[in-house]
Amino acid sequence: MIPLQIAAVAFVACGAFVVVVARDLVRQATLLSIYGYGLVVLFLVFQAPDVALSALVVSAIAYPLVLVGAIARVRALQKRTGGG
Amino acid sequence: MNRRTRIALFALSAAGVGALLLWGLAGLPSFGDYAGPYGDLIANLAPPQRHIANAVTAVVFDYRGFDTMGEELILFGAASAVAMLLRETREHDVADIVDRVRSDATNAISLLAALAVLTVGLDVVAHGLLTPGGGFQGGVVLAAAFLVLFLGVEFHVYNQVAAPTRGEPVEPFGAGGYIGLGLVSLGLGLSFLQNFMGIGTFGRLTSGGSVLLVSFSSGIAVAGGFMVIFNEFLQENMAARYGR
Amino acid sequence: MTYLPYALSVWIFVCGLYGIVSSRNLIHITVCVSVCQSATYVLLLAIGYRKHGTAPIFSDMPTRGRTIVDPIVQSLTLTDIVVSVAVAALLLTFALKVFEHHHSLDPGEIAGLKG
Repeated sequence: MIPLQIAAVAFVACGAFVVVVARDLVRQATLLSIYGYGLVVLFLVFQAPDVALSALVVSAIAYPLVLVGAIARVRALQKRTGGG
Repeated sequence: MNRRTRIALFALSAAGVGALLLWGLAGLPSFGDYAGPYGDLIANLAPPQRHIANAVTAVVFDYRGFDTMGEELILFGAASAVAMLLRETREHDVADIVDRVRSDATNAISLLAALAVLTVGLDVVAHGLLTPGGGFQGGVVLAAAFLVLFLGVEFHVYNQVAAPTRGEPVEPFGAGGYIGLGLVSLGLGLSFLQNFMGIGTFGRLTSGGSVLLVSFSSGIAVAGGFMVIFNEFLQENMAARYGR
Repeated sequence: MTYLPYALSVWIFVCGLYGIVSSRNLIHITVCVSVCQSATYVLLLAIGYRKHGTAPIFSDMPTRGRTIVDPIVQSLTLTDIVVSVAVAALLLTFALKVFEHHHSLDPGEIAGLKG
């Protein structure tokens, strides 16, 4: 395996653990996007440009939007009912 | 049982599951020794037989087009379920919210950026048979073009352009168009989703025959599905922010 | 070293499982489910890789005489990534609805079914 592949594998392994251990929700959404970018590099190094494009588009646009949308709605509902 | 016991029990069973998985995966050919015949077969057949330069798009939309129809319908079902679950916030509740971004420079640049992203999305969909791209990737970029309007201009403009009554019928057109192309093939006496147009010259945008139409309709379906999901989430948040 | 990507996919899957088991928030569980899904993407692409292979795009090179990686596993992964976002959006909608009824996102507190 070439060194770039080993570096991408190491980044993705650390990224998966960090995403799971994050407790604050907005921070976890950001870390999920960065983990997605790490996956993009891994897919590129595995010679899969179509899959890399798909992962890039999804983790930059779609995932952050649905996650932040849900978190914001939950916080608004919490504020309305006065915490809880 | 309390939390610590639960996590300790999980650690034990995760070690067992991990060991089993590693033992099973060690029976595969080692990394880089792909031996199977089908990959080579498809890679050598797709350009001369179908005049499609991107073998992955050929597999997704031509050789295994039926599976992709199933994935489209998963997307359609998920988007419809989101719209149905979040139906309490009506469109007319948020129809008069403006929520403008206060910088004129951001407004102007975002209008231009939305047009640019729309062009890039159409480019990605159209070039799916020649370069990495195709309906699925390009569809999400097309949905993002409308999102740039919300992020940089104002919610009212986004709602006018991508309003649920105007934007949501796009998705059934895409999914129905995909199945309709298969029915056209059936009507012409071929198999379902078989190519019914001339396959054109290799290396041009119009190569591949009706696979190009299938790719476009799946791009429209994916864009429409994500528009529905984005619409619902944005409606909920705007209603919460302005107390409707 | 030759089995490192397979070990990576097992590691990612076990991390995602740990997140699901130890989670106190339904939205956190949804993110951990997508981490588990990404383990399958890595496994699929690792199976299809060929040493010194190149991507299966033939616009600029002839078909014969080059080692190509497998295009079929890439097609499976490509559609799966885009569809998984829609399913994640559905899971988040479930979480929103649960919050509206029970006023809590903690899976430990909402365990009981009520009429």
